[in-house]
Amino acid sequence: MELIFPIKPFKTHGGTDVPHVKSTAQIESAILPPPAQVVLPMQQHVGAPCTPLVKVGDTVLVGQKIADSSAFISAPIHASISGKVSAIKKVMLPGGQYTDAIVIDSDGEMKISPEVKPPVINTPDDFTKAVRESGLVGLGGAGFPTYVKLSVPKDKKIDTMIVNAAECEPYITADNREAIENSWAVLSGIYAVLDLLKLERVIIAVEDNKPDVIEVLRKIADSKENDPDDRVRILPLHARYPQGAEKVLVKSCTDRNIPMGKLPADVGCLVMNVTSVAFIAKFLKTGMPLITKRVTIDGSAIKNPQNVIVPIGTKIADVIAFTGGYKSEPKKILMGGPMMGLAIANDSLPILKQNNGIIAFDEQEAHLNEPSSCIRCGRCVEGCPMNLIPSKLEQFSNAKNLESLEDFDVMDCMECGTCSFNCPAGRPLVQAIRLGKGLVKAGGKK
Amino acid sequence: MADKLIVSSSPHIRSGVTTRKIMFDVIIALTPAAIASVIVFGPKALLLIALSIASCVLSEYVCRKVMKRENTIGDLSAVVTGILIAFNVPVGVNPLIIIFGGVVAIVVVKQMFGGIGQNFVNPALTARIVLMSSFPSQMSTWNTPFYYLHNTDAITTASPLGILKEGASGTMPTLLNMFVGVRAGSLGETCAVALILGGVYLVVRRVISPVIPLCYIGTVAVISLIAGRSVLFDLFAGGLLLGAIFMATDYATSPINLKGKIVFAIGAGIITMLIRIFGALPEGVSFSIILMNILVPHIERLTRPIAFGKERVRK
Repeated sequence: MELIFPIKPFKTHGGTDVPHVKSTAQIESAILPPPAQVVLPMQQHVGAPCTPLVKVGDTVLVGQKIADSSAFISAPIHASISGKVSAIKKVMLPGGQYTDAIVIDSDGEMKISPEVKPPVINTPDDFTKAVRESGLVGLGGAGFPTYVKLSVPKDKKIDTMIVNAAECEPYITADNREAIENSWAVLSGIYAVLDLLKLERVIIAVEDNKPDVIEVLRKIADSKENDPDDRVRILPLHARYPQGAEKVLVKSCTDRNIPMGKLPADVGCLVMNVTSVAFIAKFLKTGMPLITKRVTIDGSAIKNPQNVIVPIGTKIADVIAFTGGYKSEPKKILMGGPMMGLAIANDSLPILKQNNGIIAFDEQEAHLNEPSSCIRCGRCVEGCPMNLIPSKLEQFSNAKNLESLEDFDVMDCMECGTCSFNCPAGRPLVQAIRLGKGLVKAGGKK
Repeated sequence: MADKLIVSSSPHIRSGVTTRKIMFDVIIALTPAAIASVIVFGPKALLLIALSIASCVLSEYVCRKVMKRENTIGDLSAVVTGILIAFNVPVGVNPLIIIFGGVVAIVVVKQMFGGIGQNFVNPALTARIVLMSSFPSQMSTWNTPFYYLHNTDAITTASPLGILKEGASGTMPTLLNMFVGVRAGSLGETCAVALILGGVYLVVRRVISPVIPLCYIGTVAVISLIAGRSVLFDLFAGGLLLGAIFMATDYATSPINLKGKIVFAIGAGIITMLIRIFGALPEGVSFSIILMNILVPHIERLTRPIAFGKERVRK
């Protein structure tokens, strides 16, 4: 059966309207001059951490591979500036766990490594290998190594690629700017993957509150010259959080339900972030691995909100200083958007591969009401995209009731935050559910 | 900087809707019916509403104090309960019994079970039933509309449902009079147009979903039609609109999931009509809602939503 393109998105459950704060969407990205020092943690992806390939005192060049792992789910790490390895030390990641990090002091020259050359690709295998060597991970925030996604097992057939440009988090506009500033790379990257996996169709999913992105991409995708077989189309989605979440997105675009605990590949879909796709095109052309990242700097404590392209490993404080610094004293700094981002303890942490935004809140914006009793209003149930009952999960989690947690499918929660966002009693639902998931995971190991 | 930043779990923003704002919206939605009650039944209606609110708020304050828990009168839920109790009594009652009703609703039904969200039956309706069994004659003596303007002795009459059921003496009001509220009845239940206005406001403000009122009223209409009764009469008579819009939608005592809401509302509609047609009492809204309140945990268990990506069949 031949696949057809949907004319309008399919219905999904739940979701919510989040404030459409995208003040940086129209501002051209600035480029950060190479910083004096970068810190590159060994864990910037989902999977096994890397081990350093360099030692203290070594001279490294831009694009040189400095860490790798032999594990299947992992991605190598490259030097984002040239200079000298001044230390290999433990640093804290935003999630609170510690990992080794390579510290490079800049020599100010940004000399490019001779390793950097366009990959030679003859077979599909060459392609996935090259993507692995590029260090690419899902740039939408999850950080899942891309080559793993591209290595589709023989028994699974992928027919549809969904390019995720939904960007449903408030504030964040990094993907939005990528699509506008590098639209050629988006399409070129799409074609590279399309040919590799012999896909039937590619759906570029954008929320309908970004008409400029839709227009730019449509111009390329709908032109006969660029897309002669009409295999790539844009699908404007309803601007409704969490539209960009993988399971919701696949449902919106294809009407396929990813079974619990399964992946898009199980329903014939491959979901790739728009910036990741564009990176593949740039990498195939230049051979330069993933060493820079566009991040949105915004929030009420930021003086000049904007997107900045920064070498990975640059300290957050350096990036914020470059944009003009803080307007008022920050009370909360987020890595990622306000719905799913991680609150970090200080701004000396480095920018990681999968970071798409740094949001700094002033005192007023950081203030949250003290929780009061659940009034059973049902807003959490109505909004849950996974059709769970967050209020019950919270109770079970607080009571450490493992059996009920599992019975009520706690592991299906993706922590999108819709329930807590809408809770009139200000209950910390996501926090409780996260603990509940931890309990179930720990319980399963026994 | 390190010790000055707040580190907390996501999400880091909130919609801005709070319990207090929701309750304030309910108070706004109840206002048209309150105004109508004062017009139809005179200034004593206002006195009863005020006393009822005062009784509920004070009961809540004292109760929380005695239980050494944080003060919750700021969430305005006690005010809503107060208005609803007053809406459920005839204008002729002794003001003291409404104060008693407030104490029963807040102390016994709400706070003894843990306060807001924890009670398993609707506090105002339970208070009404307690008052009905404790003061049956006062609770079923109905003043004629605008009685306060006349200087006659004959100021009481039967309620429309009473006339229909028991053949009690009295003139049946026209449907138009029932729609605008010129009929005998409890304070807040008579003015259909004011109640509908309040209901529309709550739906527009997304405080309630229209599912429960529509399914409840729809069920009553269908049964009335089948039974060969006047459908509009059944809709405007008694406490149906007040019950369907403001009491059956009580968050704490109605199901939180969509399917559950539908089952709950249809059940309440059926029981209401069974009582109206076959029961000993003329009206059945209070009992039907209370009965369905008790069934809520079971309804929720049987209509539990199926998680995304889970198979439809459940053993």
